[in-house]
Formats: sequence, structure tokens, C-alpha cells
Amino acid sequence: MTIKKLLISNRGEIASRIIKSAHGMGISCVAVYTEADKNTPYVREADQSFKLSDSYLNAKEILEIAKKNNVDAIHPGYGFLSENANFANNVKKAGIKWVGPSANAIKKMGDKITAKTLAEKAGVPTLPSGSSAKDANKIGYPILVKAAAGGGGKGMRIVKTSKDLKESIASAEREAEGGFGDKRVFLERYIEKSRHIEVQILGDSYGNLVHLGERECSIQRRHQKVVEESPSPMVDDSMREKMGDAAIKLASKLKYESAGTVEFLVDEKTKEFWFLEVNTRLQVEHPVTEEVTGIDLVKEQLRIADGESLGYDQSDIDWFGNSIEVRLYAEDPNNDFLPVTGKMISFVPADAPLVRWDVGIESGSIITSDFDPMLAKVISYGETRIEAAKKLALALENSHFGGMQTNREFLIAVLRSEKFLKGATTTDFIEKEKLSGEVDLSEEEIKNYAKAASLWIQGLNRKNASVLTNMDSGWNNARLPFQEVKLSLKDTNFVINYKKSRDGKFEFSDSELATVYEWQDNFIDVEISGSRLRSKISFEKNLLLIHTYKGDLLFNVLPKFEVKDSGIIEGGLNAPMPGKVVEVQIKKGSSVKKGDTLIILEAMKMEHKVSAPSSGKIKNILVSKGEQVENGQTLVVLD
Amino acid sequence: MKQLESQPFQSKLNLNSEEFENNKSSMLEMISELNELLDEAEAGGGPDHHKRLAARGKLPVRERVFHFLDPDSPFLEISGLAAYKSEYPIGGGAFAGIGVSSGIECVIFANDPTVLAGAMHFYSVKKWMRCMQIARDCRIPFIQFVESAGGDLRPRAGAAVGGMGHFAESGRQFYEITELSKLNIPTVTVAFGTATAGGAYQPGMSDYNIFVKNQADVALAGPPLVQMATGEISSREDIGGAKMHAEKSGLAEYLAEDDLDGIRIAREVMSHLNWDKEGNNPRFEINPPKYSQEDLLGIIEPSLKTPFDIREIIGRIADESKFEEFKPLFGPTIICGFISIHGYPVGVLGNNGMLFPDASQKAAHFIQLCNKRNLPLVFLQNITGFMVGKDYEQDGSIKKGAQMLNAVSNSNVPHLTVIVGNSYGAGTYAMSGREFGNSFTFLWPTAKIAVMGGEVIAGVMSIVRRGQAARKGLKFDEKADAEIVKNQQISHDKGSKALRATSVISDDGIIDPRDTRNVLGMCLSIVNNKEVKGSEGFGVFRL
Repeated sequence: MTIKKLLISNRGEIASRIIKSAHGMGISCVAVYTEADKNTPYVREADQSFKLSDSYLNAKEILEIAKKNNVDAIHPGYGFLSENANFANNVKKAGIKWVGPSANAIKKMGDKITAKTLAEKAGVPTLPSGSSAKDANKIGYPILVKAAAGGGGKGMRIVKTSKDLKESIASAEREAEGGFGDKRVFLERYIEKSRHIEVQILGDSYGNLVHLGERECSIQRRHQKVVEESPSPMVDDSMREKMGDAAIKLASKLKYESAGTVEFLVDEKTKEFWFLEVNTRLQVEHPVTEEVTGIDLVKEQLRIADGESLGYDQSDIDWFGNSIEVRLYAEDPNNDFLPVTGKMISFVPADAPLVRWDVGIESGSIITSDFDPMLAKVISYGETRIEAAKKLALALENSHFGGMQTNREFLIAVLRSEKFLKGATTTDFIEKEKLSGEVDLSEEEIKNYAKAASLWIQGLNRKNASVLTNMDSGWNNARLPFQEVKLSLKDTNFVINYKKSRDGKFEFSDSELATVYEWQDNFIDVEISGSRLRSKISFEKNLLLIHTYKGDLLFNVLPKFEVKDSGIIEGGLNAPMPGKVVEVQIKKGSSVKKGDTLIILEAMKMEHKVSAPSSGKIKNILVSKGEQVENGQTLVVLD
Repeated sequence: MKQLESQPFQSKLNLNSEEFENNKSSMLEMISELNELLDEAEAGGGPDHHKRLAARGKLPVRERVFHFLDPDSPFLEISGLAAYKSEYPIGGGAFAGIGVSSGIECVIFANDPTVLAGAMHFYSVKKWMRCMQIARDCRIPFIQFVESAGGDLRPRAGAAVGGMGHFAESGRQFYEITELSKLNIPTVTVAFGTATAGGAYQPGMSDYNIFVKNQADVALAGPPLVQMATGEISSREDIGGAKMHAEKSGLAEYLAEDDLDGIRIAREVMSHLNWDKEGNNPRFEINPPKYSQEDLLGIIEPSLKTPFDIREIIGRIADESKFEEFKPLFGPTIICGFISIHGYPVGVLGNNGMLFPDASQKAAHFIQLCNKRNLPLVFLQNITGFMVGKDYEQDGSIKKGAQMLNAVSNSNVPHLTVIVGNSYGAGTYAMSGREFGNSFTFLWPTAKIAVMGGEVIAGVMSIVRRGQAARKGLKFDEKADAEIVKNQQISHDKGSKALRATSVISDDGIIDPRDTRNVLGMCLSIVNNKEVKGSEGFGVFRL
């Protein structure tokens, strides 16, 4: 029986992505969502939507919904239940098609130790490794501690010397337990100058297997990919063939069906490659493969799940041009890429250049700490790699979005860096390059945008006026001060003073002149000191997002009046991000030294230490274990 | 939105003529003189006093008012050049005007603490009274920013506090605050500093009081006077401190941390006033006039000897310059018609010569009509008076003039008067001068206001002297008389200057002609806080 109705047991961007392909095949889609996602676009894009009582990990509830609504198949997306063999099994048992590999393949590849053994048996090279601290010397430092059940960088630690080994294993175990409910970790040789290259495979239920070439995902921060591309600048035809063959060998041993990815670690110098793991699901970065091969991977997954055969073999696969994907995150590149939360006050992708946006959010979306802070994937295609990079950077610059800190400027800096353009993309790229996450504008340019923002606020004030609405802005016959708008951009304050002159121009207190050509409630066209700025603007409460030719500036519009007694606690140590308190390592009155860990926060399943900025005594502890804290909330008061 | 159906006025002004250029340059000269005087007013008591104010963390009076106003909203200063050439600094020690705060049109009177510590005297009290009159007439909230040492007690200020007469005639200002409250016109006081003795009644009689901590000092008598009266030794804080009033006496509703905080609280108070205008909002689409406001600079020749067509001004203040003229062929020395300004339909009257009997009758007719239509009236004065002479007296100049005066006096719609040129004698009254109950009076720099022209008055006096000499059989000294005539004319012309009138607050201020449309537009919105309702009846028309 062919798939007529598909349940997607996932959320956000990937749910939207799957709906798109499914709809293209005439398949009706069922979405599931939690309270936190009640306003997320995919819930509306689906043909039917059902609310989950708690989480996307509630396999039982999801299966109930599927059964009750006569769903023919379930697509798990990535993350959540996508690599849960039990779930895959139960789905099949319920007579529902599973869009993914067999439970057996999932199970085998889900355990990294088993996977590695299997890879060795298939003749695929693997890295020296061990299962406990005593294997360390055999493996040799540096060592990577990894969660056996893990993925996505969670529960991962690099250990450079033996003295850090124990603590790292302990903390990786803790994170693994929290993230996957399985605390087992293993140790592996860490290659410092390396690349992360993976091969996309596709197999049907008749044993037909092809590989769709490689993706390079070397550019990572916090062991999570941020820039992905296909083809890899390092891989030539013969290397592609070798890696592809290795991947197929392993896949055939697994009787692999559906889409999967075989990940390799490649030594930058020797071009040797070692098996890392198999991801038995659709990858976040699958679009770059789609772009260069012209194959819709979700569509192929659905066809395969429906019992169709691939209908083509390796010789039919060809690659054209270059595709690059960047992951747009709500995070602060200047603060160790820590996730941030907030409201996306606007999200308007650029009309040009034309790139692909796989998005799970929209203007007004609230980015919480409930889920991974990925906002969107932006994918470009170019005849050459450089063209793809430039198109992507320009599309990011020309888009109007923000409301919280994102990694956009950082991504632009990566895409525009000479090293990236040359293809020198090793896994330590981010660490070595130290690229800025700040918008690349001169002080003077930023000042001009602050002026444009002020004049826009001026227009809004006039629009919102309820009396004397038609009077010239700020008209008076007295000696009154210039109008004043106070803005802040991160730590920089701007005080913009202006007055509308009789000739209609605005004069600033620095004697510069401006002409407003057009004002709209989301746009201003203004000429300031001869420089024409045409900017989209979004404004919410005190946040003003103004688009520049290098992305957006998020100004905080400072209130004219400060209400006294702001409640700022002296000596207070604030949460660097929203999260959950998992450990309080101090007691009231205890003495601490500078750098001591005071509190451990967990956000997005990652642990973050809050340490003492200076030595002193703990005057007060304002939070306790298990408590959810907001960004900036005072945790501890130091004397 | 609806539009007036009338056609735009066709200007005949030659913008390239030498005459226009000359007029414009002398007008600009007068404007620059006004600007210098406004700068002088802003300087208040001078830089030392400003420094002292700043050192105490206080804001200058204009900043206080500015922060109180909604950002980018308009503000119309009232009598900015009060006390010009008086014994007091120009401005009269107070800054006052009409503005918008928390979306509500209101009138603000603020003491300038740099001028004699805000002490009150003839000029400041008159300005204050004028503000309260505006609040009452237009039904808009009255806000006072108080920082005043009280009445100017120095002997040269005269016997009475706040007036030129006797003390027994003073104190009306306190009565007025209470009256406003009774009329449901909110009164809000922010005390930024001292308000003692009489000044204490400013907050005393207000609906809302905001006192600034460590600054406000509000007491019937300060420590020295208390000591003199009762022997009690006390501190300023005990007697009149803001905290004391907030905690003990209950005189202060709100305690502010500093100047800005006081202003913030005042804005909060404004925002809860639950205020609606009783009058209208603009009725017509608001488009600018066809002609530039800049042209208004070159219309009037400063000696006022060269006649000009008042319609050239009407056409430049009316929306889209649309002007429907009423009875253009009858009594042509007065121009009447219908225009709209900033969307408000009004009747406009302007002078194109002396008031002839026919013209008076036409004006009386027009004013009655506008009262029936509830249309506010705009008077553009350039009037040397009613036409005199045998023929005109016989034609009923007094009788027909009285018809116009009767109509003006008893008209109930708001009158906005702009004196652009001459304003002489009974012409001043007939064209709704200040004492004929208008809502606002503004002057162009070219305005001249007097009982009659300097030349005429000097000439009349000369004729009288000549008659006296003849009666007494004395030889008339032509040379001496010519000298007297010349001096009298000069002195009279000086006295009739707009600045002299504005000095004593007999108007609401001198405006840049280019601001006329904005000033009138703003006033029309202000007067519409009260229902605009024409008169139900007039006095007996002598027909």
C-alpha cells in the first residue's frame, strides 16, 4: 500500500523540509508538537497537527497518534527518535512504514564501539581507541572522549594531558547520561589537523546501493558543524571513489536501506581517512548533496520506504558545481558560541541572491532554551566554490533578521575569509582564525545607521501622535533643545540629537544633515551626509533592528526616563545564558579563588561552568540545583 | 477624507520684483532681531546662574519642559519676549507655552530659576495668568513647574506682588487654579525647588503635586520668617521638604528622585487623565498650500505705507491655498471667506483697507454666519480704523461699525487674531483684538498697535497746538512745532512697535510669518479641546 499519509515525528526546520517534499509527492502530512512549539510554522504547514503531552521523545504517544489517524509512514527527521531502534521496530510492528534504515542497522551503528568493530570487519580503516582510562597510553594523547550513544558533540571532550583525563571522562559521562540516558563513553585518538568528511549513501530494500559523494563539515565550533559543503575542496575524483567505496562496503555489510551517512576523519597532511561513525538518518547538512546531485533525498527516502527501487546505479550519479550550507544559530560567537534566547523580531530572507533557506522559524518566533538554537540553514549553489561562498555571504548580508545575537556575522566572516575561499578548512579553522562575530561596519557607518534609526523613531512618534498629527516634526517657536534619541549597541551608547529645519531637512547636533525620502512602519529611505541608506526596520518594545548592507544592527532604544532603584545587585554573578542549574559547587560563606567553578549550568544539553571572576567569599546563593534560570539572572553574590 | 470644493487662490505676487526682495530682506532683519532676543531670553539669569543650577543637578527650565513634551511633538511658546526693555530680563523669568504630553494638549507655565531665583513679578504673573486663561478658555490641562522664591519683594517691583496696583488687587492667580480644578481642568504641579509663602499655594491649590526630593521647599513661611513670627527655630526640611510633604503633611502625592524623575511622574499623571477633546478633529484632508511659506516674508513693506492684498496671505495659510471668498464685490475693503487650516474649516477675515460702512456690515453678516456654522474665525489685521469723514458718518459709519463690533463681541466661536500690519483704534477692536475676547493673538514683526498712527497723532496734536496759539493770539513757532511733531512721531512709532506690545503680554507673542499656518493650525487644534459652538444670540443690532 502506497504512502498517503506521513507522520513526521520531529519539529522545526526539518519538519518543514519533509513536508515540502512530501507535499510535492501528494502525501498528506501529520505534525506533532509540544507546548513550546505551538506557534512554530511547521505546525501550520502540516495537513493535520497533534499536540504531544510532553516531548518529541515520547515514542508511545507518537505511535498512538499515528495509529489513531491511519498514518501510513513515519519520518523521524534527525535527532529525537531518528536513531532509536526500538521506535523503528515498534513502528514497523504497528504496520506503519518506517522512513529510515532497519532497526538492526540503527542499533548496530548507534553503538559507536560496535560500529567501529563492524567497520574494521568491512575493511574500513579506523582510529586507535579504547574504552577506559587505562587504554589512554596505548591510544596516545591527545585523546577524544566520546559518548558511546552520542552525536552532535554532546558528551565529547578533548584531553591533552593525562592529568585532565579523569575529570573529562566524568563530565562526559554526566553529559551523556543527561543527553542520551546512557553514560557509556569511549576514548579515541584525536587528530589535531584534520577534516571531517562524510559520504552520503542511499540504499533500497532490494540491495541497491549508491553513494552521492562527500560533504565536508570541518568547520565546527563546540564540536558542532556550522559550515558544510559539497564537494570537499580536498577531495578529488580518486579520493571520492575510495571513500565512496569504503562507505558502500560498510553499507552493504549492514544491508543498508534509506539514506545514511558514513563519517570519516581525514588527516590534512596525508589524506588518510578513518571511519568515525554512521549516521542512520537524514543529516542536517543533506541539502548540499541535493544541490550538487539534483537528488531530493527526502523524496528518495519516501520512495524507498514505499518499497520502490532506486532505479539508478552509481554510474548514473554525477556532480555539478558547488554547494555550501551554513547553519544560522542563536548564539554568541563572542562568548564562546553560547546559545542565546530571545524573540526573532523579524525574519526576512533576502530576495537576492537566490539561495535556499531551510527554515523552521519566522518573524515573531520565540527562541527558547527548549531546543537546539538552530534558526535556519542557508544553502547556496554556485558554478564554482568561490561563487557559492560569495552568494551565500551576500544573501546573509542582505537578509533582515534578528532580535537576539546570532552567528550571522561570524558566518559571513568565515565565508569571506581568504583561508576559507582557498579551501583550507580544517577542523581547527574557527579556533585558529579567531574571526569576528561583529558586524563589519566602520564606526562612522554605524553612527549613520544610529541616525537613520533615530529618524525612523521620529517618524513613528509622528505616526503615533493622536493630536496635532499634521504638524511638522518637533515644530516649535521656542528655544528648545534638539530632539534626543538614546540608543545602545552592545556596549556602545549613541545619543542622537536632531532638529527638523524649516526646509524639511533634519539637522543633527554634529551639524550633519539628513533628508528622509520615505518613511514606512518597517522601512526608511534616508540620505545622511550624502550617504543614502535604504533600510528595513523592525521594532519591538525597546529593540530596533535596522538592516545595513552588512546585515542587521540591533539597537536597544534606551528609555528617556530611568526609573530609579533598578535592583542591580553589587557583586552579583549573572547567568551567561538561560539554562538549568545542574550543580552548585559552593556554599554560602565559603571562600573561593579566582577561576573556581561555582555553578554548572546546562543548556541545550551542554554543560557550562560559571566560575569566580575574582577571589572572595560567597555572600549569597540565589539559585538551587534543578532551577531554570534566565539569561542575566543573578546566581551568586560575591563579597 | 473630505475636501473643500473651492478653487485655489491665484497669487499675483511678483517674487522677482525689487519690492519683494526689499520687503523680504527687512523682514529677515526683524526676524534675526527676534532670534537674538529669544537667545537672550534663553540665557535667563546668565551663565553663572545656569552653572549653579547644573551644579545642583537641576535642569534649565527649557529642558524641563522639553522632557515633559512628547518626543517630536510641536510646541508653541507663549509670550517668549515678555518684559522686553523692562527692569526684568527678557522672558519675564518664566517659560510658557502649549504642547503635547502623553498625547494630551496642555499649557505649561514654568519658572526660570536662573532669573531672580524665579521670583514673581508683574511680567511673570501676567504670563502665568495668561496660561491659566488659555487652560480655561480652551479647556486644556494646566501644568506648572514651580521653582520660585515667591513674590519679588524689592521696593522697585512696586507695592503689589504680581501687579502694578495695590496688594489688595493681587492673588487672583491662586483663585484661578482652583477655578480650573472646579471646571474639571486638571492642574498638575511639579515643585523643583522653593515655593514659599504665596508660591506655596501653587501646589496648595493644584490637583496633583509632584515634589522633587531634597529640592522642593514648600512652606507658608521659611525658617527666618517662622523665627520672626513665633521664635521657633526650624530646618528647611522640617518646614517644607519634599519628603516631609510626602510623608507627613500629605501635600505631595508623588515624591521624585530628581528633576527628570519629577518630569517622568508628571507624564505618568498626564497619561491617566482620561482626556478627550470635546471639539472636532481635522475635517478635511491636510495638504500644504500651493505657495511657499517663504513668500510671506516679502508681502509687507515695513513702513506699512504700501497697500497689499491680504488674500496673498490667506492663500498661503489655507490648505492647498483653497479660498472661497464671501461677497467679494461688496464692501471690498474687508475680505471674508472660507478656508481650512490643517484640516480645520474656518471663516477668515482680512483687511484690504479702511473699514467702510459696507465693509463693516459685510463683516457683521459673515461673523453671524460663522457662528451659525460653528466655524472658528481667523482675523488677519492690517487696519488703520473706521473710515472717517462727512459722507461716511452720514452713511452710518458708527452704526454699521457697531454692528460689526456687536457681532465680534458676542461671537462665541474661537477667534484667532494675527496682526500682520497696522492695528489702530477701533479697528483693533472690530478685528477681534485682545480685549474683545479672542482666543489667541499673534503679531508679525511688522505689526504696529496703537490708538492711531504716529504721523496722524503728531499731526493732530500740532493742529490742536496751532488752534490754542491762535485762540491765545500767540505767534506759532513753526520750527519748534516741526521738532515736536518729529519727536512725537518717533516716540509713538517706537511705542507702537510689536515688541512693545508683546513686552507687556498684550498678545501671545511675535511669530515668524512663515510659521503663521503652523501657529494657527496648532491653535485650532487647541481650541477644539472645548466644543466649538456659535453664539445663540447677539446684542441689539442697530439696523
